[in-house]
Amino acid sequence: MSVFSEVPQAAPVAVFKLSQDFSNDQFPQKVNLGVGAYRTDEGQPWVLPVVKKVEKIIVHDDRLNHEYLPILGLPEFRSSASKIALGDDSPAIQEDRVGAVQCLGGTGALKMGAEFLRRFYNGNNNTKTPVYVSAPTWENHNAVFANAGFDDVRPYKYWDAENRGLDLAGFLGDLESCPEHSIFVLHACAHNPTGTDPTQEQWMQIADIMMRRKLFVFFDSAYQGFASGSLEKDAWAVRYFVSMGFEMFCAQSFSKNFGLYNERVGNLTIVAQDADNLKRILSQMEKIVRTTWSNPPSQGARIVAITLNSPELFSEWKDNVKTMADRVLLMRAQLKAKLQALGTPGTWDHITEQIGMFSFTGLNSKQVEYMVKEKHIYLMASGRINMCGLTTKNIDYVAESIHETVTMVQ
Amino acid sequence: AYIVKSTNKDELIIHLIWCLYSSWWGGVQMGPPDPILGVTEAFKRDTNPKKMNLGVGAYRDDQGKPFVLSCVRKAEAIITSKQLDKEYLPIGGLGEFSKACAELALGADSEVLKSGRNITVQTISGTGSLRIGANFLSRFHGGPLDVYLPKPSWGNHTPIFRDAGMQLKAYRYYDPSTCGFDFKGALDDISKIPEQSVIMLHACAHNPTGVDPRPEQWKEISDIVKKRNLLVFFDMAYQGFASGDIDRDAWAVRYFIEQGHNIVLSQSFAKNMGLYGERVGGFTVVCNDAEEAKRVESQLKILIRPIYSNPPMNGARIAATILNTPDLRSIWLGEVHGMANRIIKMREQLVAGLKKEGSSHNWQHVIDQIGMFCFTGLKPEQVERLTKEFSVYMTKDGRISMAGVTSGNVGYLAQGIHAVTK
Repeated sequence: MSVFSEVPQAAPVAVFKLSQDFSNDQFPQKVNLGVGAYRTDEGQPWVLPVVKKVEKIIVHDDRLNHEYLPILGLPEFRSSASKIALGDDSPAIQEDRVGAVQCLGGTGALKMGAEFLRRFYNGNNNTKTPVYVSAPTWENHNAVFANAGFDDVRPYKYWDAENRGLDLAGFLGDLESCPEHSIFVLHACAHNPTGTDPTQEQWMQIADIMMRRKLFVFFDSAYQGFASGSLEKDAWAVRYFVSMGFEMFCAQSFSKNFGLYNERVGNLTIVAQDADNLKRILSQMEKIVRTTWSNPPSQGARIVAITLNSPELFSEWKDNVKTMADRVLLMRAQLKAKLQALGTPGTWDHITEQIGMFSFTGLNSKQVEYMVKEKHIYLMASGRINMCGLTTKNIDYVAESIHETVTMVQ
Repeated sequence: AYIVKSTNKDELIIHLIWCLYSSWWGGVQMGPPDPILGVTEAFKRDTNPKKMNLGVGAYRDDQGKPFVLSCVRKAEAIITSKQLDKEYLPIGGLGEFSKACAELALGADSEVLKSGRNITVQTISGTGSLRIGANFLSRFHGGPLDVYLPKPSWGNHTPIFRDAGMQLKAYRYYDPSTCGFDFKGALDDISKIPEQSVIMLHACAHNPTGVDPRPEQWKEISDIVKKRNLLVFFDMAYQGFASGDIDRDAWAVRYFIEQGHNIVLSQSFAKNMGLYGERVGGFTVVCNDAEEAKRVESQLKILIRPIYSNPPMNGARIAATILNTPDLRSIWLGEVHGMANRIIKMREQLVAGLKKEGSSHNWQHVIDQIGMFCFTGLKPEQVERLTKEFSVYMTKDGRISMAGVTSGNVGYLAQGIHAVTK
């Protein structure tokens, strides 16, 4: 008799199931617009040239070994990663109140932040503190905070489906009416899945309310550089909030902007009020890290640290990032143009107004089903497409398919 | 908030400013330094040229330097030449790695592997594996959520299981009077463990004591564990590293499986492949059949996703390349054997050195114990003297990492130990 005979079969994680279904599909013109990873115009994964260069450097450096990193990670990675988010000249960094924890990807950074907040924020082990995530949001946000022990993970209004844009009034309304001290997970740029970001003025309004109502700021920054092509522009919101004086967390991922998906390179940047607070926070972070993964993996962090700390490599990296961002912008422009040329019902401005890897097409679940089953174009049930899945070779087929779907299926 | 009783305007203003600017984290205490890693910190600060770091368990060569295995370097060269992409791994990790990892532990001819009734996932080294295991048990184990650890056990076991929501209990293991295995005490305690509880067993090279049961003792442990219907959680962090022979070190794991225990198992490749910082490990659940294994796998993925989504590629790719390339595997087995042998030699030299110093104590346990660590039997006051007077750094429990001992410093160590114990 097994102790595990009652273990139920869990539903597969949707985005990975989609990729699997795509893999199994034999249709020659199939297109994968599912999982969020960059693809070249040939539809291939792209290892950044600067990454290849740095990997060679690492392999040939006999001084490097595979010893344990410190619990909080590679020091040169942590500090350079935080500088990327906050800016080289960040006053908070100069005031010695910025620290970081190297984590396993953006997920790991969110996890560490969530575990810390559950233990120490708004009292000790206060599992009742509401955690607000945008409606919609990256599907794993809910699980990260729930698994960290928070009982109350709720949506805040964000996407206005009717107008295909930001529901600012709803968002601000939730900020005004939520319990004080609630935690808000904010997407720093290139909102996943909608691709719709607040403007600078809107961010300022959001920040004002959050400061007044003592809400906790937890940024998720997975696309810095990837969204607009500019690191500074994509970090504007994070830096603005820092300048407002918030004590806050920023979970950074280097999966997309360095193309280091499977090396799990992430950083939890902590902006504290002062150095003493920071010291105590980091000491508690160590304890949380120690019982989760002891210390983080070294390869990816080394690649990023070497790149960020060398002027030439840093410059080359910025070019590589711009290459990716520019291709996405091109695909956006072309998709919109083709839909308009076809006379596809509806408005398609949102495709170029949205930013980053994803676009919320506005296709409903029936239409999505049609796209997948009849046209062999794989996208999420929410209507989210990964722009990187579009290439000059498949964009006509995709545009025609969207046209057909929207006219045939309501 | 609290009432400030003051009529002094300045005081009130200062208090108001304090309230406005007071931090969320004012109440966060300074966490205590890690007992093991703290030793290294203190070691670093010491200026004595003869200082020795016998704290953390990382292998060192006879020059006291970190050792990158040549099979690892060769594997890295092969991998670089393949110019692979960096796409996300599946949640459960690199397939070729998990398969090879399970084979290494269970044996290639294992009936479990043939029937597909195990699920093995890649994890963030041993710690990550234990954590996933603890989370899995916490969520799905139908029996009491009590984990019985040997007394003593690796310090990090306790907080890992506790954080996962389980309770920690202990069974007797180490006998300080013999510096050996308290077999009778262990059997006695195990026979009283409530049914369906979880029992943690160190597969080989027990950490921190270096004391392992003999095969005939393992057999009796298996019997009593079966009688008590306990769920066995094996922690195998030193396969190959203990005796130098990977099959010999996995004997207990394989025996228990043969005896019908459906075990859960954590493996680490930190030490036996020297891949410490790459975080390479595996977690295995041996199930009744392949169908159950599929259900368990689906739940492990649900647990892993909100922690780190999917594991890091680099180390797993290196390990898989080594395990799956006959030439490299051969080299690896030789190098693991070499590391284990050096440790065994240092044990012998330490005891010889102590005899030479004129020590009248029985130091046989230093040779009888196995693996990276040696539970010297030194008391805390003696450890303190050893550190203060000789700059020999170790943990308070008297544990030394033999990996930090070299032919160049073993004499000095013998001197120091003799001085504080005569």
